[in-house]
Amino acid sequence: MNEHVKAPAAPRTLPRESATFDAYTLSEIRRAAATGIYDIRGAGAKRKLPHFDDLLFLGASMSRYPLEGYRERCGTDVVLGTRFAKKPIELKIPITIAGMSFGSLSGPAKEALGRGASAMGTSTTTGDGGMTQEERGHSTKLVYQYLPSRYGMNPDDIRKADAIEVVVGQGAKPGGGGMLLGQKISPRVAKMRTLPEGIDQRSACRHPDWTGPDDLEIKIEELREITDWEKPIYVKVGAARPYYDTALSVKAGADVVVVDGMQGGTAATQEVFIENVGIPTLAAVRQAVKALQDLGMHRKVQLIVSGGIRNGADVAKALALGADAVAIGTAALVALGDNDPKWEAEYQALGTTAGAYDDWHEGRDPAGITTQDAELMKRLDPEIAGRRLANYLSVMTLEAQTIARACGKSHVHNLEPEDLVALTIEAAAMANVPLAGTTWIPGQSGGF
Amino acid sequence: MNASTKSHSFDLATASVRELNAALHALKDGTNASLWQVANPRGLHAIAAGLDAPVTVEVDGPVGYYCGGMNKQATIIVRGAAGVGVAENMMSGRVEVAGDVSQAAGATAHGGALIIGGDAGARCGISMKGVDIVVKGSVGHMSAFMAQAGTLTVFGDAGEALGDSIYEARLYVRGGVKSLGADCVEKEMRDEHRQELYERFKLAGVEGELDPSDFKRYGSARTLYHFHVDNASAY
Repeated sequence: MNEHVKAPAAPRTLPRESATFDAYTLSEIRRAAATGIYDIRGAGAKRKLPHFDDLLFLGASMSRYPLEGYRERCGTDVVLGTRFAKKPIELKIPITIAGMSFGSLSGPAKEALGRGASAMGTSTTTGDGGMTQEERGHSTKLVYQYLPSRYGMNPDDIRKADAIEVVVGQGAKPGGGGMLLGQKISPRVAKMRTLPEGIDQRSACRHPDWTGPDDLEIKIEELREITDWEKPIYVKVGAARPYYDTALSVKAGADVVVVDGMQGGTAATQEVFIENVGIPTLAAVRQAVKALQDLGMHRKVQLIVSGGIRNGADVAKALALGADAVAIGTAALVALGDNDPKWEAEYQALGTTAGAYDDWHEGRDPAGITTQDAELMKRLDPEIAGRRLANYLSVMTLEAQTIARACGKSHVHNLEPEDLVALTIEAAAMANVPLAGTTWIPGQSGGF
Repeated sequence: MNASTKSHSFDLATASVRELNAALHALKDGTNASLWQVANPRGLHAIAAGLDAPVTVEVDGPVGYYCGGMNKQATIIVRGAAGVGVAENMMSGRVEVAGDVSQAAGATAHGGALIIGGDAGARCGISMKGVDIVVKGSVGHMSAFMAQAGTLTVFGDAGEALGDSIYEARLYVRGGVKSLGADCVEKEMRDEHRQELYERFKLAGVEGELDPSDFKRYGSARTLYHFHVDNASAY
């Protein structure tokens, strides 16, 4: 070879990023190394999980006939608390607003939730920190959460409520308490919680005066006595062992069981907790329903499912799997205006982008929802935001009805597992429905 | 008793707790049915829970869980022992127990007075939010855990981890304290505290029988009020 001719460069492989050590993982390692403290954020699990998207409805065909989309009635009403309560809650739609605290949310945001839910004939729920006038005044149906911290808990508010929800856990953090950082402990929040202003407020993970289902049964008896057996009593659990948690809630005397999957949001919790503890909503529904069925209590004790419900299809799928209603939190905040691209410049200034903002605990929400800052709060007009929520709830309901009619159902509660198939083996196993195009339910039936 | 007051007797051997509570809940401010005597409580739960009237309820015997729960205004006297969560979340009024009480006495209570004649079990005054609790005997472990406001006065001893993660409640203990919980420290007894303690003695009807200077005061060091990595070993 001529010594003056340069040898061609050897082909090189492209730079290869690790699937295990991906860019997010590397950024978290660097963040942890720099700060020495774990990452805290709001919202629910963000990882890809088996979800309602992995299910499909079969619709009507030769063996089933559909209902006319615009002429034949498809009911959406639901009654919660028929087991023991003298005054069950009657809702026009099977979509409720999940518990979110005043403190984590601004007063106007709570008002907007109340306005939107009330316009659609459904309920809202308080959160850690007690009941506010904004919320009670604008919610025709209000569920009062009974939490371990008992911040702001008082019997007058219990009597003003339409139902009581004993919170054992939530999907974002089964087994975890919480912390509201000092930035959000404004004078009003501090007063409601009997705490000094500006300190980090810790929320306990266990109730102070009962432990386990036997005690809970007595606690529920007390709450019923205090409210003269009028109010429905819900028990909310984070999805972890939904079969047993549902069964034990029934045993403890619940009128309604709320099961919250790991996609369900939180105001503030460790990222590692949100992403690694608990199970997906899809995996929890059939387990909870089975517990009710095994006890002969399905439809007698109502089941509310939450965690990642986004549209009418999700609602219809949850109901088809056996839930009586669903609850939404994150989606409701987005409907109000959370993470709206119109605030992109401000999200960028906070080191994030619209759609990914989850540092709700820091109280600097450009949309004015997860904040106690007086100026930021003004950005949310509760009437306009309430109208947006009502619109969104209306769309979800119409979508669920569309699907139900296509399956030949005159009420959304008539949807059933037989209307569903799964796109993946995982979803088929979790939802206990056949893999699409087969009769195979993993773990239940023999072959294809 | 005032001549205009009316006394009622209620026998829980023949009537239910529901009937008792329904009758008590029906009372309004200004009622002259101000004395209720309850016989045969037999450890039943939720006796006199959720009251909101200035009446006196005397219970002749032991009560179960949550006696006087969420009480407002009423005076509830138990001539016996009490189970878990006596006077939990009380807002105002007075609950007085002659005997021992179980766990979580006065849990999360916002106001009023809880007077315990005997000993209290674990977690007495847990998450208390303004109540004044006086225990003539001793208290168990983790008492005043996350206590936010109010006072806990103990004539006897306190168990392990007293005042763990305490906020602004003030604790007075005459006897020994097995150990203090995270962020709970002994504090100086100043005149204002001796005066406050004397007021608690009066509340319990023992003023003149005890000397405030025999007590030590405990409260928050306030080092855990802001979550910080340097405190990680305390959590």
